[in-house]
Amino acid sequence: MALYRPIADHAMLVEFGTAISDASHAQVLALDQALSANPFAGFREATPAFVNLLVDFDPIITDHAEVEAHLRCLADQPLTPRTPVTWQVPVCYENAPDLDEVARRTGLSTDAVIAAHLAGDYRVFLYGFAPGYAYMGGLPEAIKLDRKTTPVRGVPAGQIIIAGTMCLITTLVMPTGWWIIGRTPTRVLTGEETRPFLFDVGDHIQFHRVSQAEFEALP
Amino acid sequence: MTRLRVAFAGPHVTFQDSGRLGRMRYGVPASGPMDRKAFAIAQSIFANPPDAAAIEVSLGGLSLDCVEGHVTFAVVGGGFIVQIGARRLGAWAVHTLHQGERLVIRPGPWGSWTYLAFAGDLVAPQWLGSSATHGPSGLGGGTLAAGQEVIVQDARVAPTLEGSIPCPIWARPRRVIHAVLGPQDRFFSAESLEDLATQPFHLTNAYDRMGVRLRGPSLTPEGALSIPSEPILRGSVQVAGDGLATVMLADHGTTGGYPKIATVVSDDLDGFVQLRPNDAVRFKLVLAPQAVALARQGDKALRAYLNRPR
Repeated sequence: MALYRPIADHAMLVEFGTAISDASHAQVLALDQALSANPFAGFREATPAFVNLLVDFDPIITDHAEVEAHLRCLADQPLTPRTPVTWQVPVCYENAPDLDEVARRTGLSTDAVIAAHLAGDYRVFLYGFAPGYAYMGGLPEAIKLDRKTTPVRGVPAGQIIIAGTMCLITTLVMPTGWWIIGRTPTRVLTGEETRPFLFDVGDHIQFHRVSQAEFEALP
Repeated sequence: MTRLRVAFAGPHVTFQDSGRLGRMRYGVPASGPMDRKAFAIAQSIFANPPDAAAIEVSLGGLSLDCVEGHVTFAVVGGGFIVQIGARRLGAWAVHTLHQGERLVIRPGPWGSWTYLAFAGDLVAPQWLGSSATHGPSGLGGGTLAAGQEVIVQDARVAPTLEGSIPCPIWARPRRVIHAVLGPQDRFFSAESLEDLATQPFHLTNAYDRMGVRLRGPSLTPEGALSIPSEPILRGSVQVAGDGLATVMLADHGTTGGYPKIATVVSDDLDGFVQLRPNDAVRFKLVLAPQAVALARQGDKALRAYLNRPR
């Protein structure tokens, strides 16, 4: 059962659970998809997260009660989520600043850390923190670590970073307390007008390993 | 074409248009002006379109030298001081800047943000179709820096528009702001909810376009340190583990794992951001239907002002 929580004068939060689960996230994506296919008058935008969907609206045109009625109506119909895209992302693990420390803390060899990272089944749960920071769930338990106690400043774009059960590709020069285990030429902020963000929420990501030489040869 | 050169720019002086909407799902907040009403008034003077850029000036101030040409401009929002050469003028006014003159905008008796709009097309870089500046990344129009040139294309001189314009009462700083509880008020004790509704809070110096941290009663959340990241809005009152509340503003992060005890209604945010560090503010809790009524009332007042006979 979904919970409908009104926010201020201009939004509803539709909540499908309290803990991160594939089932809750599937419901979030299904409602998101249904809403984008059937928007209401005054709809501004929807933001999917782990267990809930934020629906922002223009309070001059509509109100919480009308929006809730519209969303309940959508939720009553069979929801078919969009077929997710699977993206192949090359990763170079050579000269990654935190790979040795992750190995030490998890008690694995660096090769085992890399193998674990490559074995993960990743899916974009939400974007957050900064433009283009796509939170990919599915990091194996074996390399699950808490964040560093102090963030590192000035981490460049294109770094593969991990913390908890999540993996991210950095898109900007920003501070991060996550562990930097590799880098990729893949740009989530594409700079392209038609598709400025590479992944949609719900998309799958598969990482594959490239050598330093291959990484440097990639466009 | 009119060419201006930045002689001095304080921190957080940026190009902004009315905002970059619809990209929250990709981690991009709307950005745009901190005081959206003042921005709208400034742009309306020249009938500039909603996607036109203006310059948002912070308490840091701005000095511009007119290197070439001339242009009529408006400064709207806050009680800022505006000077052309030795002539000391106020904000909420329209003037013309001529070649060789220096325009100085600096903080006056009240307010934290003001808008410099031009009769003409202010040239600013765009990102995703908007010149709104996302402060933390610098994407969009960008932050102004000394030495930079600012270009106004098709700059006009409009003597009939010159003079002062009225500063409506609702454009003044708001010391009482309406908020709706939630969406994560369930993580707070009855005492914390009572404190939020009855105790004064103070803005701190931790104030930028992303948000402002408040000083006040500790609102420590109970058992909420591991909630899954949820969407954040402009106006979200987020409480970190230390019990301190932060009101999220134009450049807010789009998702976060700290609980939001309440959300400030949009109509009060423009007046709220015109407060300054150490100013007191109180929350007045309302239900969602009242919040909608406030939004409609505020919109009606703004439209009546913009359509006033001149």
